[in-house]
Amino acid sequence: MKALAVIALLLWAGPALAVGADETMLPDPAQEARARDIMEDLRCLVCQNQSITDSNADLARDLREIVRERVAAGETDAQVHQYMVDRYGDWILMKPPFNIRTALLWLAPALMLVFGGFGAWAFIRRQRPPAQPEALDEGEQARLRALLDEAP
Amino acid sequence: MKPQHVLPLAIFLTIAVAFGVAFYLNLDPKATPFAIEGKPVPVFALPPAVEGGEGLSTADLQGKVAIVNFHASWCAPCRAEHPILMQLEKRTGVPVYGIAWKDKPADLRAWLAADGNPFSRAGFDGNGRVGIDWGISGVPETFIVDRSGKVVWRFQGALNEPIVAKSLIPVLQGLK
Repeated sequence: MKALAVIALLLWAGPALAVGADETMLPDPAQEARARDIMEDLRCLVCQNQSITDSNADLARDLREIVRERVAAGETDAQVHQYMVDRYGDWILMKPPFNIRTALLWLAPALMLVFGGFGAWAFIRRQRPPAQPEALDEGEQARLRALLDEAP
Repeated sequence: MKPQHVLPLAIFLTIAVAFGVAFYLNLDPKATPFAIEGKPVPVFALPPAVEGGEGLSTADLQGKVAIVNFHASWCAPCRAEHPILMQLEKRTGVPVYGIAWKDKPADLRAWLAADGNPFSRAGFDGNGRVGIDWGISGVPETFIVDRSGKVVWRFQGALNEPIVAKSLIPVLQGLK
């Protein structure tokens, strides 16, 4: 039980590894929580598949600092997002907005479902029931009976 | 060709063409967008990077075409492009300005003293905030600013001869 509790606590502490212990958190817990939420939305420029919350990169750390400063200065989430987009484009958002450039990205899952579904439907439709062997004619039936009667 | 062979072939060709186009256009999956393209130079004023030198600010990038290079002494690709930078001002006839990004003053000075200082003006961006305003994701990155103070060209990574000859110089000529 004790071991389980320790494991649970360690797992829980995981996300804290990247957001460095030496970083200054905002004094107001509500603001800090909001800053953390914004960081989750921002993609790390160096490691690319991590949010800046999860990244140890130096630049990610700088961006976290900027997010905290802007939240502390009273900016809304949208304003902080805009600050980042002005510098790094929609690319920096973990969830980019739907527009002409991102249309394929957003529609890809639906397109794959449609094409995959069509492919599966076409495949299943092509599968014909296996051909039934022709019925035995009278001569064959007589031979079959004879063979079965012969058996010991 | 049997109809059931058409679909796999079509998928293969689509992927092959996509790869080919990406390769031909030199698309780099690690490249980040050039968000400040066509926008005015960010507002900044940086102290000189080297003692006795001149710093760099937004005002220095108005009314003339200029090249701005972000670099750092700790960055290996910056050393690789250094010989190209050393002759770039003479070669292009355009001022080459530097911004030292997240560097230590002593390291930077030692490097430029040893390998030469290619910049007619260079600012020191110790905490990297000016670099972030320019949208850089690392060093080196090189920009061209036009006469009206707008950022018109960018290259991420170490400058090399093909980039200078086929991209940077033609862009500068277009601005003259």
